[in-house]
Amino acid sequence: MLAGEHGAAVKSAIEHQVRVGDFFGAADLVPVTQAHIMADTESLGEAGVAWVESLAKDDPKARVCVPTIMDPRGTDFAKTAVLRQPGWAVDLERRAVAAFSRLGIFMTDTCINYQTIQAPLRGESVAFGDTGVVIYSNSVCGARSNFEGGPSALAAGLTGRTPRYGFHLDEARRATVRIRADWTPVTLNDWGALGAVIGRLAGNYWAVPVVEGLQRVPSSDELKHFGAAMASFGSSALFHLVGITPEAARLEDVGGEKLSVHKGVKEQDVRALQSAYAGEKEIDVVVFSAPQLSLYELRTLAGLCEGRKFVKPLLAVTSPQVKPDADRFGLTERIERAGGHVLSGMCFYQSYAREIAEANGWKRLATNSTKMVNILGGYGYVPLLATMEQCVEAAEKGKLP
Amino acid sequence: MKAFIARQAMGRKVRGPALVAKDGFSARYDLDRLGGTFSRPTHKLAGESYRGRILVLDTAKGGVASAWMLREMASRGVVPLALVFNSVNPIIAQGAAFGDITLVAGFEGDITTQIPHGATVEIDPAERTVRIVE
Repeated sequence: MLAGEHGAAVKSAIEHQVRVGDFFGAADLVPVTQAHIMADTESLGEAGVAWVESLAKDDPKARVCVPTIMDPRGTDFAKTAVLRQPGWAVDLERRAVAAFSRLGIFMTDTCINYQTIQAPLRGESVAFGDTGVVIYSNSVCGARSNFEGGPSALAAGLTGRTPRYGFHLDEARRATVRIRADWTPVTLNDWGALGAVIGRLAGNYWAVPVVEGLQRVPSSDELKHFGAAMASFGSSALFHLVGITPEAARLEDVGGEKLSVHKGVKEQDVRALQSAYAGEKEIDVVVFSAPQLSLYELRTLAGLCEGRKFVKPLLAVTSPQVKPDADRFGLTERIERAGGHVLSGMCFYQSYAREIAEANGWKRLATNSTKMVNILGGYGYVPLLATMEQCVEAAEKGKLP
Repeated sequence: MKAFIARQAMGRKVRGPALVAKDGFSARYDLDRLGGTFSRPTHKLAGESYRGRILVLDTAKGGVASAWMLREMASRGVVPLALVFNSVNPIIAQGAAFGDITLVAGFEGDITTQIPHGATVEIDPAERTVRIVE
């Protein structure tokens, strides 16, 4: 590969992997079974899209050699008018879709591939982008991935391997921070907020929290919010829940018994985090996204929309795999009858959030996603964290209860 | 000249003014990438321009977008000159490799308390050194 026998794209990919591997002291490369690329055009910009286009144009051998799928795009092409996205942004998205497709990448446009495409198994090495995908795959599935940014995930798709460092190694997966949950969350945003509190306590990518004390087994959606928020607030990529996640059947399985309890997290700690994203009651828009909603979340949302008429926009974002089922089962119709919109294949904060805020006059944004409130402050929003029920009521009445 | 040794390094030798804070870094979460300033209101460098500056910060935070964004920022010339962190996650290393940005990380002690804000700093990745030259 380094000699260029597999083409210029693969040569460039393996050179990139060697640079990154050398930086982290990787002994070699590990074969991967799948890759997942985060590549919205707000991140790539014109320069990044042109670079991807050049890979396919300049090298006929430039094709991924393992199944390689795509994180959400920067728009739902059927709903660009609803979002009032600038034309140049939509055009750039179209160019990116064409360029990645030419490399053999499946444009699955999802950040919940572990719920919808193919969940990896325990011990399976993969090269996943999107921090929420990585932390869920590592922790809940027991798979092995580092955070693979877009260029690195694409490199893994082209070479079929990735540098062996970090969470591909047994020793990096041992617990480093022992947390006791003195309270078990109830709602999805409670789970997200608990993940955020633990992420802040863990503090950096290499820290691995082990959590004991939860009083019930969470659902996939609850752990989706828990992990996504932990990764967002703490840059965390792996957690263990004693008696729940596969590598921590017992505390001692991950070395947790050698650690003293760093903190007992109480309900008041979770409420304190949530209160940092509260205060304003008036809202401009309600958004359910980050991560994309599962069929079950849409089912709950559709039930909450019954009999209501929204005075503020309500956007619910899901994956292209879930959307057809939501349509077939009448969930989309029930949400949109109330005045909401079900969008597919995008993520709100990856969809030119600053530009659509200006175009629509959106500033105060209510959501049940703890991950999203952490991100949107940097885009000029006043993010407000609430339960799904409270957010739906806010869309109906124009203000949070 | 006071020198600090990094455990990890990549990129070219550079010299420039340091922007220092005990805070994290994410290109998506923290920056107005068009204006070239820190935009997250709660960031300790909020309002500061990062263009051509050597960022001396605690650790990389947040999502994977920085891996693409550093190259995109470099293509417009609105990019930090170099990154100096106590610790990094893979995304910053991948982004620096892709964007050809000098990156050093891992020091004895907290580097954000050892380099004064505004000092002129020279980074030599080949030697894994960070030197305060003014």
